[in-house]
Amino acid sequence: MTDTTSKAPPAPLRRPAPAQRRGARRKAPPTRSWRDHPLRRITPWLFLLAPLALLITFTYVPVGNMIYYSFTDWDGVSPDRNHTGLDNYIQLFTRPELFRVFFVSLYYLAASAVQIVIALYFATVLSFDLRFRNLFKGILFFPYLINGVAIGFVFLYFFQDGGTLDSILSWFGADGDRAWLGDPESANTSLAGVSVWRFTGLNFVLFLGAIQSIPGELYEAAQLDGASRWQQFRHIIAPSIRPVLSLSVILAISGSLAVFEIPYIMTGGATGTQTFVIQTVKLAFQFNKTGLASACAVVLLLIILAVTWLQRRIVPDDKVDLV
Amino acid sequence: MRRKPLSAVLLATALLTVAGCGGGGGASSGEAATAPKDPDKVSGTITVLTNRTDLVQDDTMDKYAAEFNKIYPKVKVKFQGLTDYEGEVKIRMNTEDYGDVLLIPGVVAKGDYPKFFAPLGDTKDMEGKYRFTGKSDVKGKTYGIANFGTVNGLVYNKAVWEKAGVTEWPTTPAEFLAGLEKIKAKTGAAPYYTNFKDGWPLSSPWTNSIGSVSCDVGASDSLAGSDKPWAKGGDLNVIDTLLYDIVHRKLSEKDPATTNWEGSKAQLAKGEIGSMLLGSWAVNQMRAEATRLGENPDDIGFMPFPVQKDGKFCATMLSDYQLAVNTHSENKEAARAWIDWFTEKSGFAAKEGGVPALKSAGMPEVVKPFEDNDVTFVERSEAKTEQVNAIDNASEIGLAKPDYRQKLIDIARGAEKGSLQDYFAELDKRWADAAAIAGS
Repeated sequence: MTDTTSKAPPAPLRRPAPAQRRGARRKAPPTRSWRDHPLRRITPWLFLLAPLALLITFTYVPVGNMIYYSFTDWDGVSPDRNHTGLDNYIQLFTRPELFRVFFVSLYYLAASAVQIVIALYFATVLSFDLRFRNLFKGILFFPYLINGVAIGFVFLYFFQDGGTLDSILSWFGADGDRAWLGDPESANTSLAGVSVWRFTGLNFVLFLGAIQSIPGELYEAAQLDGASRWQQFRHIIAPSIRPVLSLSVILAISGSLAVFEIPYIMTGGATGTQTFVIQTVKLAFQFNKTGLASACAVVLLLIILAVTWLQRRIVPDDKVDLV
Repeated sequence: MRRKPLSAVLLATALLTVAGCGGGGGASSGEAATAPKDPDKVSGTITVLTNRTDLVQDDTMDKYAAEFNKIYPKVKVKFQGLTDYEGEVKIRMNTEDYGDVLLIPGVVAKGDYPKFFAPLGDTKDMEGKYRFTGKSDVKGKTYGIANFGTVNGLVYNKAVWEKAGVTEWPTTPAEFLAGLEKIKAKTGAAPYYTNFKDGWPLSSPWTNSIGSVSCDVGASDSLAGSDKPWAKGGDLNVIDTLLYDIVHRKLSEKDPATTNWEGSKAQLAKGEIGSMLLGSWAVNQMRAEATRLGENPDDIGFMPFPVQKDGKFCATMLSDYQLAVNTHSENKEAARAWIDWFTEKSGFAAKEGGVPALKSAGMPEVVKPFEDNDVTFVERSEAKTEQVNAIDNASEIGLAKPDYRQKLIDIARGAEKGSLQDYFAELDKRWADAAAIAGS
């Protein structure tokens, strides 16, 4: 019965033979093939019922509701809501200050570039045979396993006046008297730094996986031809991890547009660290503008889709064929 | 291609099923929650929602319930403590299942109270007996009774202020600032602590001072008709200028971005902080902290907002959360019985150091110094709260939210560009623009 459990419903008319064979083995050949039975057609859907129900209830309905709210003036509690048409969107696009927060994302975008470079460097280095290789892998990946809220609190103490960072700097004679989260520039840089610390592990593992899938003979052959480590990287590693690299870039861009956890926990969006998502949350839950906030969320979704599409157009995802 | 229509049908059914679940609850009964006549006859199980998870966990609430059962033996009281009270109740209020007795969340617009809560009685009957009825009065009916009330004021460390040579309550913002300067010069303490990071100590205590300045019960209501709430001489102008000056003259903690409320209680108790604007509710918490740390709890003092009107201090008196009955509750009598018992007989307000909702009950011990010094208590009128909140939300200023004062502090300490006057002008403009749309 392997056919019925496969994802796509099989086309029974095209392949009647195996079924008949199987039916024959059971010594009960029906007069009318059970494959023609209406139930037969529904069977795959019955199997899909549970996942589809989950998918629809927890993904599409909430998204649909959000889009619906974005056309209303709902305050999030009141049983009444009025349809306001495109009002929320018009408001959103005629208030430049609502988009100014995207400048904060530039800090995180710059940070993701740094993050990808660091991750790529370590993934390359650790793909060669090194002492304590697995230990280093563990150390690099570990931050990604920690809960984002916990990271926020840890780094709040780290950046505190006279906290960990200040005391470490003072060992090296630096003046340990600086409010790291005190002014917008320093605060955003610090927060972006935390984000690098947290997500480098993820990129690292993605890159490492891609690098390790390169067959070893290629390196051997390259070494025989006298290629240096840099040349190996340039001509073997780099081309073969291109799909993963482009995935990382997409994740980095959408991630930096939608930063939330770390700045929300650490500064709550004060001192010029407010991101678009924090602003959306505040609109919805502080000022009870659920309609406008839903419109913000829809717009953010569209922006991310557009960026991804644009990037796929500029850098198409070619099939990589090394051998 | 046979599966296409089938999938479409499935999707359509799924969407239809779900669409049926959207939207608010069913019809509300609107029936009043009246107090039962015979305590022995009331029965039923009621669920009480509370933000005090600590009291639910240490069984204090169950002890209250046991006391309650001595009078109402057939009522079973169950408690649900919610950590993120506002957030969780807000979502549950989209259904009919939000307990029988609950605290009215701040997010519900006052005009919507009749849709969610059962009326407890006519306001003209209630206001003679209870304080703070104005807060939940909609069209002549009262929908909530206060847990307790608090008096607005500054919690300070007497020992620190005495060491700095200040023994009298400062009567003007300038005197207060001079006192803070002395603390800075003569002690190692941070004269004032903003609690910038946690935020809420910047929002409610400061905004609650509206009315303490002008000694006017209509101070908050007047915001609804005002084009320039931050104009010179207005309550908000005095309040926010004081905060600006405190930070601008470097009389607050060194790094506001990493403050910590729990830590600040210990620091105040130990004399590392001179003062914080909070409310009478905080005094007992600070004293408990001082006792725990082996400091003298009597060092924790409470003083009014440093402004006098006609030679007298005024302090606003505000309602904490108000208890209300779910309009969909099936045990409204039992629910009302619990509210009456809890606010009148449980002794909860006294234990929390709050002002009891019952007018006949006296003021708590923590505000004794206020009574001794003839401070006028101002119970603000809430007649126009709904309009004020509507303007406040529309303008996205957030009088009861920390954001705009966090920005004020950033301007004061030079982390953000701008001047106080420009900022006030900007706030005035946003308020006026919003009033034009949302007011009326």
